[in-house]
Amino acid sequence: MSIPGSFYLVLSAALFSIGAVGVLLRRNILVMFMCIELMLNAANLAFVTYSRLLGDIGGQSIVFFVLVVAAAEVVVGLGIVVAVFRRRSNAVADDLSSMRG
Amino acid sequence: MNVLLATNITITDAAVFTVAALGCLVGALGVVLARNTVHAALALVLTLFGIAVLFIEQEADFLAAVQVIVYAGAVVVLFLFVIMFLGVDRREEFGMEVLSAQRPVSAVLVAVVIGVLTTMMATAHWVTGAKHVAGATHGPFQNVNDLGRSVFTTYLFSFEVTAALLVIAVVGAVTLARRSGHATADGQLELDAFEPFPGGEARP
Repeated sequence: MSIPGSFYLVLSAALFSIGAVGVLLRRNILVMFMCIELMLNAANLAFVTYSRLLGDIGGQSIVFFVLVVAAAEVVVGLGIVVAVFRRRSNAVADDLSSMRG
Repeated sequence: MNVLLATNITITDAAVFTVAALGCLVGALGVVLARNTVHAALALVLTLFGIAVLFIEQEADFLAAVQVIVYAGAVVVLFLFVIMFLGVDRREEFGMEVLSAQRPVSAVLVAVVIGVLTTMMATAHWVTGAKHVAGATHGPFQNVNDLGRSVFTTYLFSFEVTAALLVIAVVGAVTLARRSGHATADGQLELDAFEPFPGGEARP
């Protein structure tokens, strides 16, 4: 008998929370991106756990699509970071306020 | 320990889960707490690899392989490439705090989130609902077969849309990253003033 699903789900919630803390507290755009990846991975872990508990392959299919979307998001996001760096010498989110209303 | 004995878990499973889960948590804390961005990226590898181990532990073999190749390979290398490209010596002012109550408020919010999540899952007996709705799993060594059948039948339209999304993302990244210009008579590229984010002070 393998580890009960509740252990995985609690771990997933903990990882998601750590990622959320990072997005809320860190000001470096790159680290904020990494924290978003952490939250996506926590959700993936929960999907795979439910897939095992319910004997349903659909959860793993969703994780497959989440992986693709995350890769696309990282590509575009890092492109934006590089474009921002051309204009200013740091990647601090608070400085990007030129679109403030 | 009583929980482990009561549910009759083998020592191997318990050891693998414990090590992988600790690796995940240590890596996640490293991402949030590391002052050097390169260290944060390396800590991210630890978390992603731990999650791959947990995928294998739950018989999601294909996803574990993809996790290592795409996340721990491509995505983290892309992060490191951008960090190296932009310079590793620019450290964030860690004590800088623009909103005065940001830290306590975010701590409270996250505590509420994790508390509500765990309580909801626990009071709902962790998992409820019908089994085998979107396609059944057929035990170990059938994972790639099951997943391929699911992706290319039930989720075929989503798969095609995903392909379009990837193309759009690549085109968008190239558009954002390129410096527009035109070739001069002697073959040199002369840069136009392309400003995706006008209004900022120019980089020294």
